Amino acid sequence: MIDQNSKTLLEVRGLHANVSGIEILKGVDLTVRSGEIHAIMGINGSGKSTFAKILAGHPAYEVTAGTIIFNDRNLFDLDPEERARAGVFLAFQYPIEIPGVANNQFLRLAYNTVQSQRGKEELDPLEFDDFVREKMKLLEMSPDFLDRSVNEGFSGGEKKRNEILQMALLEPKLAILDETDSGLDIDALRIVANGVNQLTNKDNATILVTHYQRLLDYIVPDYVHVMESGRIIKTSGKELAKELEAHGYDWINADDGCSTTGVRA
Amino acid sequence: MSAVLQNLVNQPYRHGFVTEIESDIAPKGLNEEIIRLISSKKNEPEWLLAFRLQAYEKWLSMTEPRWQNVKYPEIDFQSISYYSAPKPKKKLASMDEVDPELLRTFEKLGVPMHERAALAGVAVDVIFDSVSVATTYKEKLAEVGIIFCSISEAVHTHPELVKQYLGTVVPTGDNFYAALNSAVFTDGSFCFIPKGVKCPMDLSTYFRINTEGSGQFERTLIIAEEGASVSYLEGCTAPRFDTNQLHAAVVELIALDNAEIKYSTVQNWYAGDEKGVGGIYNFVTKRGLAKGVNSRISWTQVETGSAITWKYPSCILRGDNSVGEFYSVAVTNNYQQADTGTKMIHIGRNTRSTIVSKSISAGHSNSSYRGLVRVAPTAENARNYSQCDSMLIGDQCGANTFPYIQVNNNSAKVEHEASTSKIGEDQLFYFLQRGIGAEEAVSMIINGFCKEVFQQLPMEFAVEATKLLSFKLEGSVG
Repeated sequence: MIDQNSKTLLEVRGLHANVSGIEILKGVDLTVRSGEIHAIMGINGSGKSTFAKILAGHPAYEVTAGTIIFNDRNLFDLDPEERARAGVFLAFQYPIEIPGVANNQFLRLAYNTVQSQRGKEELDPLEFDDFVREKMKLLEMSPDFLDRSVNEGFSGGEKKRNEILQMALLEPKLAILDETDSGLDIDALRIVANGVNQLTNKDNATILVTHYQRLLDYIVPDYVHVMESGRIIKTSGKELAKELEAHGYDWINADDGCSTTGVRA
Repeated sequence: MSAVLQNLVNQPYRHGFVTEIESDIAPKGLNEEIIRLISSKKNEPEWLLAFRLQAYEKWLSMTEPRWQNVKYPEIDFQSISYYSAPKPKKKLASMDEVDPELLRTFEKLGVPMHERAALAGVAVDVIFDSVSVATTYKEKLAEVGIIFCSISEAVHTHPELVKQYLGTVVPTGDNFYAALNSAVFTDGSFCFIPKGVKCPMDLSTYFRINTEGSGQFERTLIIAEEGASVSYLEGCTAPRFDTNQLHAAVVELIALDNAEIKYSTVQNWYAGDEKGVGGIYNFVTKRGLAKGVNSRISWTQVETGSAITWKYPSCILRGDNSVGEFYSVAVTNNYQQADTGTKMIHIGRNTRSTIVSKSISAGHSNSSYRGLVRVAPTAENARNYSQCDSMLIGDQCGANTFPYIQVNNNSAKVEHEASTSKIGEDQLFYFLQRGIGAEEAVSMIINGFCKEVFQQLPMEFAVEATKLLSFKLEGSVG
């Protein structure tokens, strides 16, 4: 939902970043306001997943230039856990397994940590159990997920649902979904997308990082950005995704009329 | 990130204080005279002196084992004092008369004997350097016929039992360190659970080495008669010294028909400093004989201390349908080395054994699992399941698995699984991204990893073990 008067939540300017000494991001600019859904598309290796991880503060990436303002704060002043508590959420492309740690224990610790940091009430195990079961209905998850170890032995679809469940619990200001559609069959895609749609509102924003158009049939973006070689090279409305699907990423380079300024306004 | 891991792992040792207590120390060195001295100090019967001297004879002909995957300089056995006892001011009749300095030590250790024993319902035998100081709850246990006392006391009060069982599971010449222990052991715990008695409380021993340059050679003997059962806990600490100290204990367990012995250890001997100077050499022989039908012996150990750990709590499953279990967590950091595991010897029919071994290595440490599963021709339908998981923190440490499997009966089923994982940046980042701090994350990851073993510990010990691990690894991620 585009509203030019709503608050700027994220402002990225001239972002450059390296991994293992190789420059991956070469000047990314992006502005996201409350209530907006942005899709960042691009071929493998274009830098879109790197961008997602840098927003969350992954230690493997080194920012060499540029600024990121999140909710009026310099994002680089915040450690990864502080970013999470401030409302930055990353749904991982490959959620990691944590053997022996029960999902409900993990979810409750995350929930209560974030709640207490935001000056809100924590829940005891029984209260949390009721609360989380309600949220799980949103994603059509069976309650036995709670007793299993975090992501251990989960199918690809189950892992992605568990990510969105965490998003539902932590109620982020800015949710970044990194290739959440990869590895999902059509039913799981529908369930996950439906979950995300119910979580978006005028006070938060979502960035979808994806390779394919099909996710965008279910979660309709306000803006579509195309990333190539570490830069956003084109920005447009949701129809851009359809054109990419039809013509492929090469088509952009053949098109002279592209614009990178659409988002700023 | 790895800096946080480093800090977590590098917490100082909490038990590194020395208690100012006058000790009665034997001159350094080992010879027949010293053994006679120990025996006479303890006013021992002739047969026990003979046992010691025979062990000493065997020891002289043996050489130190070098097959284990650990490195340390030659030990000079003549530079160790083989007897060190706190000097008693007078004979102790009750706990109130124990040297207050000593009691303060136990408080620093977190073992206030009165309160803790009373609250937890744990009977505690405390071995300080080599001498048993006081055994609590003795009278209450005696009402149901349980004998729980120091082994030197048992030698005098129940010589027939000690004589009947001592050295039957670990013979005097079993190995180099068992022979040494048999020759010079100064004290330890003795526990006898008579026929049909379920021990009403957990029994517990705390071991502490206090004197620099002294070795500790304790000997524990536990017997559960037909239908009896007992859960026994053992904790260990030592002060910090720059020299290495030798701890060579022997533990023997005997379970008769339908009897059950559960033996749990939380070992936190001084591990040396961050450069690997000092620390305890923990060379221990522990073995249980599941002698009777349907008997069960279960070892649970949490090994966090010692410069070098070299121990293989084992089960000889002689009785038909007998069960052996080994659950182990070994944590090594800095320059610690651990070579630990178990032996499951299946002799009886339908015998079953389970091995779950978890090792966590950090810093420059090295941890090896070494285990033997042997199925004798007589062991029809023997079953074994082994699982060995290793976790590495950082890239300077190592983990190895040496499983030995010898099967001489076609009906046996033996399974072995092994895995190695790393607390990687990505696992940690997952927690951080959900708002959870690094220390809490590492503690959760490690406790999750060790869960199957911690579940086996008695409640109170499980809490202590969890704390100890978090403490040990605190500041190591980051």
